[in-house]
Amino acid sequence: MNTPLSEKRRLVQGNEAIAEGALAAGCRFFAGYPITPASEISEVLSSRLPQVGGSFIQMEDEIASMGAIIGASIAGMKAMTATSGPGFSLMQENLGFACITETPCVVVNVMRGGGSTGLPTCPGQGDVMQAKWGTHGDHPIIVLAVSSVADCFEITIQAFNLSEKYRVPVVILSDEVVSHTRETVVFPSPWDMEIVDRTGPSVPPEWYVPYEDNSIGVPDMATLGEGYRYHITGLIHDERGFPTQRPEEIEAFTGRLFRKLAQGLHEIQKIKTFMMNDAEVAVIAYGSVSRAARSAVLEARDRGVRAGMLQLITLFPFPEHLVDNVLKQCSKVVVPEMNMGQIYREVQRVNQGKTRVEKYSRIDGQFITPDEILGKLLPEE
Amino acid sequence: MTGSESGREVRIPPGIYEMEDERYEIRLSGSGGQGIIMAAIVLAEAAGVYDLKYVCQTQSYGPEARGGTSKAEVIISNTPIDYPKAIRPDLLLTMNQEACDTYFHDLKTGGLLVVDSTLVRQIPPCRVAAIPFTKIAREEINKEMVANMVALGAVGELSPVISLKGLEQALMARVPRGTEDINRRALNAGIEAAKRFDLQDFPMTATVEEEI
Repeated sequence: MNTPLSEKRRLVQGNEAIAEGALAAGCRFFAGYPITPASEISEVLSSRLPQVGGSFIQMEDEIASMGAIIGASIAGMKAMTATSGPGFSLMQENLGFACITETPCVVVNVMRGGGSTGLPTCPGQGDVMQAKWGTHGDHPIIVLAVSSVADCFEITIQAFNLSEKYRVPVVILSDEVVSHTRETVVFPSPWDMEIVDRTGPSVPPEWYVPYEDNSIGVPDMATLGEGYRYHITGLIHDERGFPTQRPEEIEAFTGRLFRKLAQGLHEIQKIKTFMMNDAEVAVIAYGSVSRAARSAVLEARDRGVRAGMLQLITLFPFPEHLVDNVLKQCSKVVVPEMNMGQIYREVQRVNQGKTRVEKYSRIDGQFITPDEILGKLLPEE
Repeated sequence: MTGSESGREVRIPPGIYEMEDERYEIRLSGSGGQGIIMAAIVLAEAAGVYDLKYVCQTQSYGPEARGGTSKAEVIISNTPIDYPKAIRPDLLLTMNQEACDTYFHDLKTGGLLVVDSTLVRQIPPCRVAAIPFTKIAREEINKEMVANMVALGAVGELSPVISLKGLEQALMARVPRGTEDINRRALNAGIEAAKRFDLQDFPMTATVEEEI
């Protein structure tokens, strides 16, 4: 535990890898409230953060947890919280505040089964749309999905990098299977990792305009307490950070929030492809289910079916063009999910009748098996 | 006790399991508090960290802290593992009757069932090694708590993919300081108990296949 980044082969749990990934990315503040199946992230960070000079706080609930990491981020820290569905619901109000105040932060949601308190120890993928639309109003947000222990480490680093670069909250969607799976991994050395930090102001405090537009649409972020005085509010604000009712300022503000992500789509939208070169049928999957899909694709190939897989890492902004390519290439696309078809509907939206898209939903708290996906890939009798 | 007492002529499998790139699936099951998940972690660490194989360890359990069903799985392979859960276990350990009743149908044809015969009274007719893990822990080690480690020793001995050296190293690295001796004794007691079984003597399956 003391040498997390050594070149050593270790048996690591998904949640532990998320915690180590956060530390590697430079996270030095965590506030959270324990919940199955995300508790191990808190557990690991409660002992690891003090070792590296960071702070860990167990808060009274998830509302406060989200508030605490926003405050820490404004004060200059890279900050994270972790929860599961019920806690994620409580975080939505402050998550919206982070979106509108453009406060970088990372929120991990380890999805369990069902609505409400649901199935605490079972996997699910029912929070996909909540991650995008859980907080009200038009707002930009990035949602990434992890599928393996190695992913948990790497994608957590990417989540921090994107969050810092674009000043936007990033939600990492894990699920019970990914988070509780242990695999052997060798964490990359710190020299092999690209770490991005937010851009601070390049002007003295008296010239600083906190929400001034620039070439990338991401204003320089001053650390509160270092002499840069500015106003932060969840109300729609002008360049100086004060509430505004002027239509031209409101439109410019909201437009910029979306423009900054739209222009960075090439680096925000991440996917993996598997055997897609000559694929005639494809699976579009994400999270733990993509592992079952990979097995199914291999089995289908053994049986002479040209199958492939598109694994979505970025769920939102939804990688429309990349999905569109698959839809144009294949005569059939299967979307297996542990929900009633949340990404399936996104795929259908892009499809517009081009090809046959089928969903495969499993909502009984059990993990989807390769055979179930295979059955959808094989030609019908 | 061994499966050979059926007395039927059976095909003896050449090598029941050949480790090429094939996956070997182990499922450990029992009730919460028996140390099922702990045993699986040690098993995965032995294979993954000490024997340098690809491993994937998963678990599923109820919301109760103790007494609910507990299941942990370890997949061992020479190639990267896609699907992380067991589909048809090659080896199934059941530490109580309920787990045995629930999971023995999942066992692969020719797969091996290992039961704690202290707690499993009704043992299904298949390739089975019945060892009283809890009794051994209670009477030989004087600590019922280490029944999981006795079982772990037996699983290590009976599965062709785990090296006993790696298993002991992994166990010593995981257990709390001061308990090394008792855990090592438990592991060895399990290994010794399992040595009495000759897998080659086991029938391939309890089902009589007749070609017509």
